[in-house]
Amino acid sequence: MRLDVKKTYKLYINGAFPRSESGRVFEIKNNKGEFIANPCLASRKDLRDAVVAARAAQVGWAKSTAYLRGQILYRIAEMAEGRKDQLIAEVSAGEKVNKAAATKLVEAAIDRWVWYAGWSDKLSSIYGGTNQVSGPYYNFTIPEPQGVVAVTADSLLSFVESVGAAVCGGNTVIALVTGGASIPVMTFAEVIATSDVPNGVINVLTGSLDELAPWAASHMDIDGLDITAINAKKRNELIAAGAENLKRIHAFDKGVTPTRIISFMEAKTVWHPIGV
Amino acid sequence: MTFEYSPAPESKSIVKIAPQYGHFINGDFVNGKNHFPTINPATEEVLSQISLGGKTDLDKAVTAATKAFSKWSKLTGAERGKYLYRIARILQERAREFAVLETLDNGKPIRETRDIDIPLVAAHFFYHAGWADKLDFAGLGKSPKPYGVAGQIIPWNFPLLMLAWKVAPALATGNAVVLKPAESTSLTALLFAEVCQQAELPAGVVNIVTGDGSTGSTLVNHPGINKIAFTGSTEVGKKIARAIAGTNKKATLELGGKGANIVFEDAPIDETVEGIIAGIYFNQGHVCCAGSRLLLQENIADELLVKLKKRIGKIRVGDPLDKNTDLGAINSKEQLIKIKELAKVGEAEGAERWSPKCDLPAKGFWYPPTIFTDVTQAHRIAREEIFGPVLSVLTFRTPQEAIEKANNTPYGLSAGIWTEKGSRILWAAQHLKAGVIWANTFNKFDPASPFGGYKESGWGREGGRHGLAAYLKENN
Repeated sequence: MRLDVKKTYKLYINGAFPRSESGRVFEIKNNKGEFIANPCLASRKDLRDAVVAARAAQVGWAKSTAYLRGQILYRIAEMAEGRKDQLIAEVSAGEKVNKAAATKLVEAAIDRWVWYAGWSDKLSSIYGGTNQVSGPYYNFTIPEPQGVVAVTADSLLSFVESVGAAVCGGNTVIALVTGGASIPVMTFAEVIATSDVPNGVINVLTGSLDELAPWAASHMDIDGLDITAINAKKRNELIAAGAENLKRIHAFDKGVTPTRIISFMEAKTVWHPIGV
Repeated sequence: MTFEYSPAPESKSIVKIAPQYGHFINGDFVNGKNHFPTINPATEEVLSQISLGGKTDLDKAVTAATKAFSKWSKLTGAERGKYLYRIARILQERAREFAVLETLDNGKPIRETRDIDIPLVAAHFFYHAGWADKLDFAGLGKSPKPYGVAGQIIPWNFPLLMLAWKVAPALATGNAVVLKPAESTSLTALLFAEVCQQAELPAGVVNIVTGDGSTGSTLVNHPGINKIAFTGSTEVGKKIARAIAGTNKKATLELGGKGANIVFEDAPIDETVEGIIAGIYFNQGHVCCAGSRLLLQENIADELLVKLKKRIGKIRVGDPLDKNTDLGAINSKEQLIKIKELAKVGEAEGAERWSPKCDLPAKGFWYPPTIFTDVTQAHRIAREEIFGPVLSVLTFRTPQEAIEKANNTPYGLSAGIWTEKGSRILWAAQHLKAGVIWANTFNKFDPASPFGGYKESGWGREGGRHGLAAYLKENN
């Protein structure tokens, strides 16, 4: 029998795949207790590097047309579809579910990505509008991205839901991923890397949410934080830390709701006089 | 030959102020204790004694609100709406009385309370009255639900208007309210309680507990409160965000700002000068969204400053009850001290200070309209909210530089753009990180227009559909 070639799982920061600067890894085993991989245990420094990349990419990503963002996000779904078998195998091994369940999860993740891709150019129509003010003024409100958003994930599906919601509105993202999901998610990062997504728009760190999430909550250059994958008992501490820069911090019950997108956007209202 | 304005004082006789007030709880005025004086900041005359609300008062108010909520939230939207319409109409009927009382207690000119504050208050109730039976169309699914009891804490700069911004959407959506007015400006809120009685609003739907920061803090931490709405400083806003971290309480926060008012080289100069005045001297500069950082394109800065100074020289400072007054009294001694301190820092850091010659009344709290030139981004007067009639002037060479300077602040509430070029307005509006952008105008407000900030200027919006949504739980 041929000896297979195993993959080294690294981080995804600014379009590149570096190892953690800390040199740390953690071990993933399948449900038979067999070794699968040693993904990186990302550090605070890795997080800070990812924030720098995300901040640098944000203006450009937000400025690109919503149509272009939609096409790039859809491209990710196309590329993921081509690697479906690999993703299913990795979800099955990493998230410890059988192949049928893994298939459903991966298909749901790809379909969910398509759903978010289609939202990018409809947000202003649904969540913005002109306001009928009492006076000779043209007044309109549009949703705009908050900036840099950190999200948390403990499965491929929760990664897709949290990242998709944040990026389709024009935010750039740092995804913090924990446990066996690190395996399929880092493969998904390869999908992202080959889908015309500008460097720094999506960054992925694997490791411990207990370690990384408090650093994200207190980071002054992160505008939003999705704590859906954080245990309910540990959320309060993060919310309190995030108050330092009034971070927008949210957790969601459901992945399929535009509320999740709009929660990481700000309403901007513009006034202009009407006259000759 | 010179023309002078003769005094045109508004009569005080329309208002009756009791020597002492308690709280408004469960539909009745109840006695309070630990009274402190509320004064007319233009004369330092004591107007009345206000009660310092404590835990017992708040317990009663929250209990009354909780009880009222169960019925109020089950009323049909149409019935709730009719109560709000009644309130709007009574406010219009008693507008003059409210305007005079607000001017007496706050120090702002009667021209502003009469023409801006009170008409907007009535408009807010009228606008939200119409929403009450249309909540299914607010974009939150069918039959979105209210949170319960809203704890609302409002500032002293627009006392009754901030009450309206908070109370109108809360009531329209079926929430009940416990409101704490600012320490120095409780009188119009207490008069509003009378309006609730005249409108026969069910007891407990609106409760008003007066007091200071300690009262506000007790309200925020009260376990019976489901939703917080606060307008005030960023510092207190952060404390509230921390305080509610371990709870299910939702919050909207309208906090500080350091708005940039950007003037491009092709701006219509005369209109721009008026807009700069409106941006910083409206309401004595006690405005969170004030255009307190003026960014002038370098090649027109000198010409514009000459015209601006000439215009500032025409600002009439004095008796707020005089219908010709432009700039009234600073709201409190504490605020006056803060303004003076920051102005002193401005000079010490090397900026050049200018004020027109103007005679300030001997009694009361006054500060002349002031501008600082030669200000850099590092100066405290360019970074910190002064909350007074003090304008910091900076310059820029390219539009890109203007945007970078404008966005170089942890705040993100408002910004102004002055240019005749449409594409430049839209470009600048797109790049400014601010929740409200006034192009070729400034400091305009409307109940249909969402108001609120990016970044450390707060959470959420007030006004419009966006503001309404802050009082409803999505249902889908």
